[in-house]
Amino acid sequence: MMLAMLSEAWMAMWANRLRTILTMLGMVIGVAAVILMLAVGQGTQQQVQESIASMGSNLFIILSGSTTSGGLRMGGGAAPTLTLTDAQSIEELPLVAAVAPSSPGTAQLVYGSSNWSTQVIGTTPSYLTVRDWRLASGMPFTDSDIRSATRVALLGQTVAQNLFGDEDPIDKTIRIKNSPYLVLGVLAGKGQSLDGRDQDDTVLVPVTTAQRKLFGSQFAGTVRFIMTQAESAEAMPQVEKSIIELLRQRHRIREGADNDFSIRNLTAMANTAAETAKVMSLMLGAIASISLLVGGIGIMNIMLVSVTERTREIGIRMAIGARGKDILLQFLLEAIIISVIGCLIGVLLGVGGAYAVSAASGMAVVVTVSSIVTAFVVAAAVGIFFGWYPARKASMLRPIDALRFQ
Amino acid sequence: MTEAVIKIEQLCKDYFTDAGTVPVLHEVSLKVMPGEFVAIMGPSGSGKSTFMNILGCLDVASSGSYFLNGRDVGEQSRDELAQLRNQVIGFVFQGFNLLPRANLEDNVALPLIYRGIARDERIMQANIMLNKVGLGKYHHSRPNQISGGQQQRVAIARALVNQPKLLLADEPTGNLDTHTSKEIMELFNELNKRDGITIVLITHEHDIAAYAHRLVRLADGCVVYDGPVDGDPHLQAGHTHTGASA
Repeated sequence: MMLAMLSEAWMAMWANRLRTILTMLGMVIGVAAVILMLAVGQGTQQQVQESIASMGSNLFIILSGSTTSGGLRMGGGAAPTLTLTDAQSIEELPLVAAVAPSSPGTAQLVYGSSNWSTQVIGTTPSYLTVRDWRLASGMPFTDSDIRSATRVALLGQTVAQNLFGDEDPIDKTIRIKNSPYLVLGVLAGKGQSLDGRDQDDTVLVPVTTAQRKLFGSQFAGTVRFIMTQAESAEAMPQVEKSIIELLRQRHRIREGADNDFSIRNLTAMANTAAETAKVMSLMLGAIASISLLVGGIGIMNIMLVSVTERTREIGIRMAIGARGKDILLQFLLEAIIISVIGCLIGVLLGVGGAYAVSAASGMAVVVTVSSIVTAFVVAAAVGIFFGWYPARKASMLRPIDALRFQ
Repeated sequence: MTEAVIKIEQLCKDYFTDAGTVPVLHEVSLKVMPGEFVAIMGPSGSGKSTFMNILGCLDVASSGSYFLNGRDVGEQSRDELAQLRNQVIGFVFQGFNLLPRANLEDNVALPLIYRGIARDERIMQANIMLNKVGLGKYHHSRPNQISGGQQQRVAIARALVNQPKLLLADEPTGNLDTHTSKEIMELFNELNKRDGITIVLITHEHDIAAYAHRLVRLADGCVVYDGPVDGDPHLQAGHTHTGASA
């Protein structure tokens, strides 16, 4: 019975090939648009999420304050207000997971005939914990390297590439500002940061080495910023408050006076970025859904025309024994076949289009099974929903009226 | 006593228009026994087409009763009526009413679909019927590739494919020339004689009606004659098919 109905529906669609194809086209474009937009949206979202994950979670960054020198304000981080001992006492606060005092600077690196200018960060081993950064090979420097300010370095992927090429950098000696440093390890790749910087273009050295031997400072023991990781997202407000209290006390800042440091919640900023990406993804999906809806209305439109045009045929079928539900099924099947085939083509086009966009523009795309399934289910539902009314209309005809219809 | 195929009592049909109620059939009673071959005649507007549509369960009466093969048609649901049309009645139309894009085989097999018969069986039965009406070799042709007479034969094959008790024909020769009409009527005659199928047909031509064994004449929605074909006073008076002066 069902098989006979299917072939009947197929016959009717074949008889009106052009119209069937045009109706299908609405569905194809709708589904392809949904898949493509979801792929782009989710790609962007994933990119943002990866950047956030690469930054580390539950992070604060504490920057030293600004100085004023002869009326010129020097900007954040210029004043040497944060010290290694500040970092140590922050580490003793409750709910703080890890603290990484950091002194960045720029230096020229040389290995053999290659050289490369990059950002060198003087920090502690907990920097790796805080940034959730693994080593690709080798091992990190330790607290004893900090204490004795040894000349050791961890290379970012980009730096390793530029200095060593295919060579293994471990246990090789590079020169930073003409002093020899032993390469202990190579950091795993992290990719771009949220603002598009290459996070792998960096070198880590012990903070004490950076202060005393590499950059030097007129204020011994100061750092530019302290990265602090809270134990959990819930603990962040509490940790922020206790850091501010602690530092004001340590820096002897009077009641009512401004802080000589600033503290930023990186996770909050990251969440905003993630939220933005999500909203964008949703908007793209919503816009694409409208085209799917338009495709569905196209199906209804054509099916209504088809029912009117074939009223006489419906009459003949009823006169020889078709029940209302047989007619309903026949027209519904036509709508479903159109939407399902249209949907299949749409999925292929959408997935192909997504990879074409990705190949052409380098934009990240993510085609998930769930987005395909969703588009498919929605398209089939749209076909059934919009096919139902015309089919119902056809099945409710009185045989005599249908037969007399000219 | 055998059961009547058609038993109609006091059947009325009114149409409702903006101008008011228009009675089309007025207290028509009719009984048709199995194996009968009945011609219904009447001028245009006499209600014969409406009567035929009610007989064929395509339309419903306003009042009165209609028993088809012992079943009260007035009591049947839409689906049950469809089943009656499918299995008890075979309907032949003036305009053939074949599906233009299906081949003859599929056209004839169409009623079997709604009875839930499998495809192989459908095609086999359809071909048996096509052979019976002499069109077996055209089974893959389309309706527009054969003549009107042949199309009507296909329609008859379709009407017969479910082995109905009753064959209803609404001016089956109305669109055909004299020669082809004769052939179709001989086919009806053969079906009635050999297979014992009850036939009720509408016509306005006397030589077509002459093939039947019994004549029912309608005028203004009432039965004005019911008896042997050659006993019809209108026929003897030499009236033409319009019968306008009756």
